Amino acid sequence: MDDFLAARSQMALSLGFHIIYACIGMVMPFFMAVSHYRWLKTDDDNFKNITKAWSKGVAIFFATGAVSGTMLSFELGLLWPNFMEHAGPVFGMPFSLEGTAFFIEAIALGFFLYGWDRFNRWFHWFTGVVVGISGLASGILVVSANAWMNSPAGFDVQNGEFVNVDPMAAMFNEAWFTQALHMTLAAFAATGFAVAGVHAFMIMRKQNVAFHARAFKIAASFGAVAALLQPLSGDLSAKDVAVRQPAKLAAMEAHFHTEASAPLIIGGLPDEANKKVDYAIKLPGMLSFLVHGNFTGVVEGLDKIPAEELPPVTVTHFAFQIMVGIGMFLVLVSLLYFGTLWRKKSWLNNRLFLWLFIIATPLGFLAVEAGWVVTEVGRQPWIIYGIMRTSDAVTPMPGIAYSFYLFTAIYVSLSVLVIFLLYRQIKMVPVLYDAKKESQIPS
Amino acid sequence: MEYVVIAYLCLAILLYFLLGGADFGAGIVELFTSRKNRNRTRETMHHTIGPVWEANHMWLIIAIVILFVGFPRIYSVMSVYLHIPLVVLLLGIIARGTAFVFRHYDAVVDDMQILYNRIFVYSSFVTPLFLGIIAGSVLAGKIDLQAQDFMSAYIYSWLHYFSIAVGFFTVALCGFLAAVYLVGEATERRDKDRFIRKAISMNVAAVICGALVFLAASIEDVPLVQWIFGSVISLTAVIAATLSLVLLWYWLSQGKAKKVRVLAGFQVTMILLAVGYPHFPDFLMVQGGQNLSLLQHQAPVGTMVALGWALLLGSLLILPALFYLFYSFQKKAPGYLH
Ligand code: HDD
Ligand code: HEM
Ligand code: HEM
Repeated sequence: MDDFLAARSQMALSLGFHIIYACIGMVMPFFMAVSHYRWLKTDDDNFKNITKAWSKGVAIFFATGAVSGTMLSFELGLLWPNFMEHAGPVFGMPFSLEGTAFFIEAIALGFFLYGWDRFNRWFHWFTGVVVGISGLASGILVVSANAWMNSPAGFDVQNGEFVNVDPMAAMFNEAWFTQALHMTLAAFAATGFAVAGVHAFMIMRKQNVAFHARAFKIAASFGAVAALLQPLSGDLSAKDVAVRQPAKLAAMEAHFHTEASAPLIIGGLPDEANKKVDYAIKLPGMLSFLVHGNFTGVVEGLDKIPAEELPPVTVTHFAFQIMVGIGMFLVLVSLLYFGTLWRKKSWLNNRLFLWLFIIATPLGFLAVEAGWVVTEVGRQPWIIYGIMRTSDAVTPMPGIAYSFYLFTAIYVSLSVLVIFLLYRQIKMVPVLYDAKKESQIPS
Repeated sequence: MEYVVIAYLCLAILLYFLLGGADFGAGIVELFTSRKNRNRTRETMHHTIGPVWEANHMWLIIAIVILFVGFPRIYSVMSVYLHIPLVVLLLGIIARGTAFVFRHYDAVVDDMQILYNRIFVYSSFVTPLFLGIIAGSVLAGKIDLQAQDFMSAYIYSWLHYFSIAVGFFTVALCGFLAAVYLVGEATERRDKDRFIRKAISMNVAAVICGALVFLAASIEDVPLVQWIFGSVISLTAVIAATLSLVLLWYWLSQGKAKKVRVLAGFQVTMILLAVGYPHFPDFLMVQGGQNLSLLQHQAPVGTMVALGWALLLGSLLILPALFYLFYSFQKKAPGYLH
């Protein structure tokens, strides 16, 4: 494997790994806060147990998120020293604020996890909320740093040096809002459906139904609201990308030729050599409509992009299809969920209904990964869009392939361990939290 | 504003050394504890570092962020030439952090615990060793920006007697800090005595390794002696650290936990001051004396001002909360449950 490819793969792998833990770290505290609140208000011990059971899972995820994040802050330099040397001072602002947010998060987490029965109950509850808010803040900040790579702002380039640096303008670049909104919703949708799916499975197995049904509702409600908003925010993102990164939009849509009344291409196999898409469904005029709001507008195609600036079309197109496909599926499940809550409460125990949620368990995270592939691969060959090429940023050190193999091994074993631990947590729920045995648990 | 940023950089490095160091040290103490006492050590340790370990490691992230935002050239040179030890450091950090949490939060207690414990103690040893090696390489001036071949660019930049001596010195200091910290946390007399003995042996190890650092410096031509004896502040710091050893041993033998803790922190601070001060503002020493200075290689003014403000405002939020965290978990509450 050549070193450049290895460096890119290692970065993608590390981020792809971290993002899962980051999403859970941002979102689970809110689920816990709701359940914790319900316990404080109703004294229903199921809610206390849910909060505790979740918090143990979250502690595992947090630790993994924190160490993988620490790795990232080194890896940016280890793999892309030239990028960081130039970009650090410009897009560093969100990272330095993020440091504060992480710190608060870590402190609040210490209080929350170790503070049961030690503090005033509401203070304890509040520390949990602080964990969530600061986690969310750090997510938004880091995405704004990434948005800067897509939409660089706040500096001028003179003789290869970045001058007139304005860190604030860099942070509030044109892409930050749409990306941060879409990412935040994605975190809620992915985590919500993942957690709901696990509890749905346990309900189907008829284990501790009182416990799992309550947990299911909290997670599914968060997930469903986010999933319904996701396509709206995705549409905003797409319109935004059309303006600032036409090459990325064209690659997402596998839109080879500039044309008016451009069709929306669904599925299909892009044929990059002959510049066409085989076996696709084409909805006439729809792409023009999505980009311009009318069916006749001209949409720039890949033919307008110089050959040496073309992003990989196939990967970007597939990733985009996967994300949108999953998005649509989650919308349907969410509609069904709200319909059920509203009209047909009995369906909550229906096997088919539960199966839908079980199928959806990994899908949200799959969409998150696919979405990041769209964003990052679609930006290629640039690391800073239009300013610096990825190939100019890579470390001069040879042998990165070995480092990539090493990190792959680590991430694979960590993932296996985390899944194993989670499985054991869930397996132990009947022992630890069975309502009948409640009296034996000291509280 | 650059001085504010530099002050925070120094503070973050110092606090990471003290707090993160004590944290690593806890694993080192566990490694050097006889099998029959390990469980008790582990228990004391979990109570003390459980709530604070994440916060302790944030100082490293703060230091890294300050480096890449405020001093990008230094960050990038370090990342390129010290790539290998940095990767080992990262592996250590991952292994340690996850093993620590996994062993506590695994719902089923079985043989997996042995695996977690092994990983935890060995990585607690390797991580500070490489942290020390990196610190030693930053000081040693062996990094060759003109290097053409792999060995001199990526290996000899960090693999030499001096960095290795600093590595072991760091390990000993971490163990010492942790043992001293645990003395105050032990609830039973025999644990306390055990930790006192550990603290003394770690202290002896640190003194020996410290001597080795000087020896290695003279072998490798690192001007350590000139730095320390050429500057009044460094000399004073070293003398203060050495003299306070006597007091430290006396208090330790009396079991005065709080006082010893402060003194140990003081000694480590003095050591860092003694080696850090004399070459300020040079931060990263390279071959040929073209050292990278914090003042010359800082980011543009706009960035430094923004970074300075971010740090000042951030600490308004962080420091009170952090103090309250340490304070709350200092009081040994009876209803310990989670
Ligand atoms: C649960 C996850 C999820 C779901 C269901 C969707 N997305 Fe998404 N999408 C993401 C998760 C995501 C993401 C992982 O969060 C990304 C990557 C970068 C970003 O800001 O968000 C993303 C990026 C992303 C981008 C690129 C933004 C950029 O490069 O700046 C576009 C255009 C869309 N999405 C559009 C959509 C549309 C039209 C959807 C319709 C259903 C959709 N997404 C569903
Ligand atoms: C967590 C979500 C993210 C994921 C899953 C992700 C995914 C990826 C992928 C797939 C690549 C490889 C692109 C290619 O090889 O064609 C990549 C590259 C990269 N990403 Fe991201 N990315 C994420 C967020 C970020 C953020 C927040 C930053 C920085 C602030 C970032 C910085 C980079 C850099 C520096 C590269 C290497 C250069 C390149 O290949 O483009 N990424 N990422
Ligand atoms: C889109 C991409 C990203 C998102 C949404 C994100 C979000 C988060 C969140 C919410 C956390 C705290 C939750 C937890 O500890 O599990 C976290 C941890 C962390 N992230 Fe990321 N992150 C992203 C990418 C990055 C990148 C590119 C870096 C490195 C430059 C990074 C550095 C860190 C660090 C150092 C931590 C550990 C902080 C701690 O100890 O709590 N993250 N991330």
